[in-house]
Amino acid sequence: MKVFKLIFKNALRHKLRTVLTVVGIAIAVMAFGLLRTVVTAWSSGVEASAANRLITRQAISFIFPLPYSYRDQIAKIPGVDKVTYANWFGGTYIDKNQFFARLAVDAETNFDLYPEFLVPADQLTTFKRERNSCIVGSDLAQRYKLKIGDEMQMDGDIYPGTWNFVVRGIYKPRDKSTDATQMFFHWQYVDERMKQDTPGRAGNVGWYVIRISDPARAGIISEQVDALFKNSRAETKTETERAFQQGFVASAGAIITAMNFISFVIIGIILLVVGNTMIMSARERTREYAVLKTLGFSAGHLVGLILGESLFISLLGGGLGLLVTYPFIAGFAAVVPKGFFPVFNIEPITVILAGSSAILVGLLASLFPIQRALGTKIVDGLRHIG
Amino acid sequence: MDSIIQVQAVSKSYWRDSFEIPVLNNVSFEIPAGEYLALMGPSGSGKTTLLNLIAGIDRPDKGQISVAGTNIGSLSESQLAKWRSTHVGFIFQFYNLIPVLTAYENVELPLLLTSLSKKERRQHVEAALTVVGLQDRMQHYPKQLSGGQEQRVAIARAIATDPTILVADEPTGDLDKNSADEILKLLERLNTEFHKTIVMVTHDPRAAEKARVVRHLDKGEFKRS
Ligand SMILES: Nc1ncnc2c1ncn2[C@@H]1O[C@H](COP(=O)(O)OP(=O)(O)O)[C@@H](O)[C@H]1O
Ligand SMILES: [Mg+2]
Repeated sequence: MKVFKLIFKNALRHKLRTVLTVVGIAIAVMAFGLLRTVVTAWSSGVEASAANRLITRQAISFIFPLPYSYRDQIAKIPGVDKVTYANWFGGTYIDKNQFFARLAVDAETNFDLYPEFLVPADQLTTFKRERNSCIVGSDLAQRYKLKIGDEMQMDGDIYPGTWNFVVRGIYKPRDKSTDATQMFFHWQYVDERMKQDTPGRAGNVGWYVIRISDPARAGIISEQVDALFKNSRAETKTETERAFQQGFVASAGAIITAMNFISFVIIGIILLVVGNTMIMSARERTREYAVLKTLGFSAGHLVGLILGESLFISLLGGGLGLLVTYPFIAGFAAVVPKGFFPVFNIEPITVILAGSSAILVGLLASLFPIQRALGTKIVDGLRHIG
Repeated sequence: MDSIIQVQAVSKSYWRDSFEIPVLNNVSFEIPAGEYLALMGPSGSGKTTLLNLIAGIDRPDKGQISVAGTNIGSLSESQLAKWRSTHVGFIFQFYNLIPVLTAYENVELPLLLTSLSKKERRQHVEAALTVVGLQDRMQHYPKQLSGGQEQRVAIARAIATDPTILVADEPTGDLDKNSADEILKLLERLNTEFHKTIVMVTHDPRAAEKARVVRHLDKGEFKRS
């Protein structure tokens, strides 16, 4: 028999209590994993953003458009490599519950600025040539079983009417954080219809995307762009894509902060659960620890015994929790409206955080029992009735 | 005859809040090697306290205690722990076995602190359990044993490391007459057959009768006997 065996036997002494504690930890770890995953899904757009891209939008809000004529002016600024633009299309595909980004873009240049969307060359050529064509992400294609040549019908809201697009390309994501659920079609195609139906709204773009040759000059170039349109009909606000995404996410920021906060509250709860179990055990075993000390077991042995048990319980719970987190999150992703989170993965950092939290909890929960076991004099421990 | 335990002018008090409770008052005596001593006295007279001091689980306020040539007051806590594991076998009134360990594992416990191999440990455990007559109960847990059997396992645990002295605090105090007799017979055998020095605290006259020497403690001092 080794001391390890005693740890194990001690941990299983009150089976029901240990099982309840382990299940409690597992549930908390699962909730932690879910919250962290939602938070990272929310902010994955920020992580995916490139450092060499600037976004120019209307200064007041990105729901107001910018004139198409700005494009050439922006392109002339030194350090600007390439300019493209996009419009948020909105609309309904199939029914109101189908969420994914539908963007009217400049077919010529859009994919030059987004190398993370991998489009086969021949598909891109066809897309550029056909005005009513579109390119969809591979996840989207899979979700709606779309193939090249299929039609997608949209009910417009921002751009009223019925719109038909033909799938001419399917892009693959370059990175794990790349959103493969977007849909791109020709801005010209949309704008032509606007010219006929509501000429007042034609010739506008939602925002400009600017590629710069030197990311270090992002600040200066942003200022130059905005200076160009100062005191004009539509003043601009230019920032890095990252800042833009953060601004977008900031609208949900309070919720994210709350979720972040709660995820750490959960760790606190685990600590209380394990701590409570360990303290109860320590009190019951006051006399046993005194007997062990009497027999010559050292402080180090007792620390090993108590810490070992605490870690055993918290790691068992943590491991079990992580194990069930995967199917749980898969189930959660299936229930959430499709496309609500473009990227929904359990990040390695979430696993690491949960794992190290379990270890930390095991350590902390054993502190008080260890202090008690070591601090009790043998003669007092032997007199303890419990 | 050489004395194996020397207690010199030992005093000890406990403190409860700010009240001093004097327990032992300038106690001196010697125990020769191979002795079987019974310490008697009324409840609260300091028997357990004196036994704990001799066994090195508590320290006197004044005075000095030597066991087998070692002044145990000069040892640090960890040295003292190591010293206890090799020199003292403990037998308690309430057996104090670890409930989640089998009889075998309980007896093996003090041997884990030695450098013995697993095989050697097994030999020691089996020998000790054979001495107490429980070789067929090795895989039983304490709660599957009677009180007398539990105390025999505790005695096996106490002798497994072959300690210099055995200390027993009311070893029959929680047992019925028959079991008590068995335990007393066992202790007697350990003394006569295995030449163990035994210090036993008891207030049971029948137990004291078995010992070779009886000393009476009252209000922290020895009575003339
Ligand atoms: N650890 C302790 N803390 C405080 N008081 C103690 C402690 N141990 C013993 N005492 C007190 O010291 C006195 C003697 O106790 P003890 O040695 O256990 O006597 P006995 O074993 O002869 O009954 C009693 O009054 C007891 O309450
Ligand atoms: Mg006593």
